[in-house]
Amino acid sequence: MKILVCISHVPDTTSKINFTDNSTKFDTAGVQFIIGPYDDYALARAIELKEANPGTTVTVLNVGQADTEPTIRKALAIGADDAIRVNAEPTDSFFVASQIAEHAKGYDLVLMGRESIDYNSGVVHAMVGDLLGLPSVSPVMKLDVDGAKVKMTREIEGGKEQVEANLPLVAGCQEPIAEWKIPNMRGIMSAKTKPLKVVDAVSVTTSVALSKFELPAPKGAVKMIAADAVADLVAKLKNEAKVL
Amino acid sequence: MSALVFIETSEGKAKKSSLEALCYAKALGGNVTAIVLGPADAASLQDLGKYGASKVLHAADSKLEKGVIQVYASVITKAFADENADVLVLANSSLATPVAAKVAIKTGASFASNVVELPDTTSGFKVKRSIYTGKAFCWQELKNAKKVIAIKKNAAEVVETGGSATVTPYNVTLADADFNTTILSSEKATGDVLLPEAEIVVSGGRGMKGPEHWNILEELAKTLGAATGCSKPVSDMNWRPHHEHVGQTGVKVAPQLYIAVGISGAIQHLAGVNSSKCIVVINKDPEAPFFKAADYGIVGDAFDVVPKLTAAIKAAL
Repeated sequence: MKILVCISHVPDTTSKINFTDNSTKFDTAGVQFIIGPYDDYALARAIELKEANPGTTVTVLNVGQADTEPTIRKALAIGADDAIRVNAEPTDSFFVASQIAEHAKGYDLVLMGRESIDYNSGVVHAMVGDLLGLPSVSPVMKLDVDGAKVKMTREIEGGKEQVEANLPLVAGCQEPIAEWKIPNMRGIMSAKTKPLKVVDAVSVTTSVALSKFELPAPKGAVKMIAADAVADLVAKLKNEAKVL
Repeated sequence: MSALVFIETSEGKAKKSSLEALCYAKALGGNVTAIVLGPADAASLQDLGKYGASKVLHAADSKLEKGVIQVYASVITKAFADENADVLVLANSSLATPVAAKVAIKTGASFASNVVELPDTTSGFKVKRSIYTGKAFCWQELKNAKKVIAIKKNAAEVVETGGSATVTPYNVTLADADFNTTILSSEKATGDVLLPEAEIVVSGGRGMKGPEHWNILEELAKTLGAATGCSKPVSDMNWRPHHEHVGQTGVKVAPQLYIAVGISGAIQHLAGVNSSKCIVVINKDPEAPFFKAADYGIVGDAFDVVPKLTAAIKAAL
């Protein structure tokens, strides 16, 4: 089985978000970048499938500039066999999905996170599926391959559903599909020499353009209420905040 | 600007989030057509007129009862063309968002999800999207004449404009090839208020000390007509089901009121609640970081404060 895992290179979940250049650029100062947490689940499941099915290969793909390479190397250290970096800024979902679709042909399973945690569109898997004419399922909490069939548990509002589809397939993953894997020393050493191919982006006409960023309005100070004055809280929720 | 709105149903009735999508479309100023797939309640279809639809297309085929994404995408793509609508509006959901993305691919339309308010049309057509998991916004211009917009909860207020709608059967030929995924079964919490749609959420964290103590939160939630949520450690330890996990990698909620009990307020949890209108934090640790993100705070023992709060609400409502 050939598995492609698409990873995003995103700010750590604890990052404070700021913008520069008159709110048109993300401020990378002091920001640690990581493999997207959902993509990390997808990668972990791919490695489990590789370990359980001899002959399975795992390729990681990232759409990004050269600064994403440490993130790609980390994925190789976790256990992927080789990597592809599409040398371009991941500007919007359609652009990224088009790049992935270009390289995903021939893979049995295309895995990625349910969404990236920077732009949060949550649709790249659906777009890749549509571009390639493959089924796409997301968010997947459990995924088992049985011959040509894939059995999945998909989260829906207030519950879950059991879904079945045939390979090849695109899936957007989330917990608890697998436990995140931490690279070991041997993995880190071997990752340095694993193949990482850099390719140019295919030309895509996108019809979405970013105009500017905005931060939410700052929150007012918290009003503390004594533990024995809950009636006071109820009154405030009713009359001041008007939420009851 | 004429709009087509996909109305998602639950037990045959339009979901509230879909009514928000309908009101959003109405506010764009043009003619609004709604489309409903699968068996639906006749009165609920008729009611869509009150929220701005002048026409309701109803594809009643029983094969549409289960929401197979590829099938829905094909039907809606066809309706988008048949109606010659400029914009397709949907409410973000596990079904509607991927459907929206596929329609955008099939039609070449400009696409945006997580849209939080009405567009700015002073120059071009710009939408405001929630990004960085609620920590920021961006404005994006949708340059194509055809647009697909998936809105986030609270992007539009549900208001009755008092119109009436013509309900028309919508006959479609479903392609077998589109049934490329099979939904074998589904489990849904029934009778309770669904977390993503709830106006009030009562959430518990590790400070609740164990799943056996959730009854006091459930009692508070019941009194308020609220949904129950939890922090990530709580769902990781299986104290509560995963679909109740609120946070960066769980459900993002946007209620009027969010009550957090025994949750310290890690930044990953805050990312799931920062769209709430009002946040109340109850924690015995006065240093809990959640207080900084709260509107009202009580330092106290959950097992003492929560039952008193439930009683005070019962007395006040």
